[in-house]
Amino acid sequence: MEKTYSEINARIKAGKAVVLTAEELISLVEEKGLSQAAREVDVVTTGTFAPMCSSGAFLNFGHAKPRMRMQKVWLNGVSAYAGVAAVDAYIGATELPEDDPLNNNYPGEFRYGGGHVIQDLVARKPVRLKAVSYGTDCYPRRELDTTITLDDINEATLFNPRNAYQNYNCAVNLTSRTIYTYMGMLNPQLGNAHYSTSGQLSPLLKDPHFKTIGIGTKIFLGGGMGFVAWHGTQHFPSIQSGDGKDLGPAGGTLAVIGDLKQMNPRWLVGTSYVGYGATLSVGIGVPIPILNEEIARYAAATDHELYAPVVDYGEAYPSRTPGNLGYVSYAELKSGKISISGKAVPTAPLSSVPRAREIASTLKEWIQQGSFLLTEPVQLLPAPADGRTANFLKG
Amino acid sequence: MSPKRIVLRFGADISDKPVIYRLVKDFNLVVNIVKANVNPRKEGTMVLEITGEQWDQGLVYLRSQGVAVQDLTEEIIRNEEKCVMCGACTAICPTGALFLERPSMEVHFDGDHCIVCQLCLKVCPMRAMEVRL
Ligand code: SF4
Ligand code: SF4
Repeated sequence: MEKTYSEINARIKAGKAVVLTAEELISLVEEKGLSQAAREVDVVTTGTFAPMCSSGAFLNFGHAKPRMRMQKVWLNGVSAYAGVAAVDAYIGATELPEDDPLNNNYPGEFRYGGGHVIQDLVARKPVRLKAVSYGTDCYPRRELDTTITLDDINEATLFNPRNAYQNYNCAVNLTSRTIYTYMGMLNPQLGNAHYSTSGQLSPLLKDPHFKTIGIGTKIFLGGGMGFVAWHGTQHFPSIQSGDGKDLGPAGGTLAVIGDLKQMNPRWLVGTSYVGYGATLSVGIGVPIPILNEEIARYAAATDHELYAPVVDYGEAYPSRTPGNLGYVSYAELKSGKISISGKAVPTAPLSSVPRAREIASTLKEWIQQGSFLLTEPVQLLPAPADGRTANFLKG
Repeated sequence: MSPKRIVLRFGADISDKPVIYRLVKDFNLVVNIVKANVNPRKEGTMVLEITGEQWDQGLVYLRSQGVAVQDLTEEIIRNEEKCVMCGACTAICPTGALFLERPSMEVHFDGDHCIVCQLCLKVCPMRAMEVRL
């Protein structure tokens, strides 16, 4: 049995496509078996809502009178990179205001940053734009202080170079002091364990070999529609194994793009990690066409088959010491307690499962209503078999 | 005289001492235990309403026994609009007032178990937990 993108799209247009969320597919496979489920289902929807660093937006403000070649730009006091063109800038999610106390009063609060600017823009709040320049014959203006809204400016393109991490570490702290990390506050001596994917709902955990996801794949992005633009930075897909057992995929990432003007502040949320910094939480959902039984089998992977490595963020991670403290399944992580070196450690997610479910259901509705057709990728993303590996800095 | 609301925090070493009994008996106070909780490390927290002439002496006695005493004039609330139900607060909250319900993985807030330690204010990445005076 093989299906094509155009057959599936024809069924979507005719209102006959069978669309299930990844969790619904798991139930169907339990009930009817894999082959039957693969034949019946056309599309499986996934979802994730979590802090995603390496996010940001390209903005074109339009020209002031007289004209200005903006050299430095601030949005609500947060610097945006203006070395792109006269009135273009990129606001990055982790940028902080220049007068932020940072970690001087440890642990710092990081209440407002680039991610919050993006959320304010999407929420249609007025945002203060300040710019300075040196003045040229064609662009004489040297200073600008005004307010903009998302609707006032020409373009606002969300472009996130690395999102939707396929899998992620489960973070713990083996030291004797509390630490503040991008994985949250970690209590000393294995006081708690934090993890950050939605497990069996998470997009890239459901297509481990990148058989369907590629450049041009249309997705749910920030409450609107977006596309996979490229593989994400640090895209090093692999299949984890331990004791001769397949422990699920890890390491893939997506670069995504979409028009910010059609997104929604419920799905792009400014986020602050105490002692670490500011970022943006992004909602992403990827539809997986069930082209054959193999793709269905991967899409039906459960929390019992997907594993996260446990990593010490007190000592090993910051010093880049390789290795981990073993693997735990997402079923164990979601149960609220895992066992590390014989100690019961309470777990908590940083990634919202209720929101991930809502994304998968919303995407399912869009497809069922015929307002969202699937796109066949122009080129698939590099897969584990392509053997991409990480480089590290000297020094 | 209206009752005074206070929070007591005590370590494992005094969890089994009859401090509340002494408070009532020796200082002639009316004590209403609003909340009480002992965590797995045997550290206790208690919210009391006390009424009586000698309340200040009662507090001096508690402190002499190594109990940390704090006024309770604040209440913690969750801003439902801002909370994204991520769960990041649930392994930090010391009393289980913020907890995950399974299998829905929804985060719930039970104010009755809150001891106003304010840890969640610090760790909630969405700044959804707020103090109401
Ligand atoms: S950390 Fe904040 S946003 Fe997350 S569940 Fe707790 S209160 Fe809600
Ligand atoms: S203040 Fe927050 S962390 Fe502390 S007990 Fe109340 S809900 Fe839990």
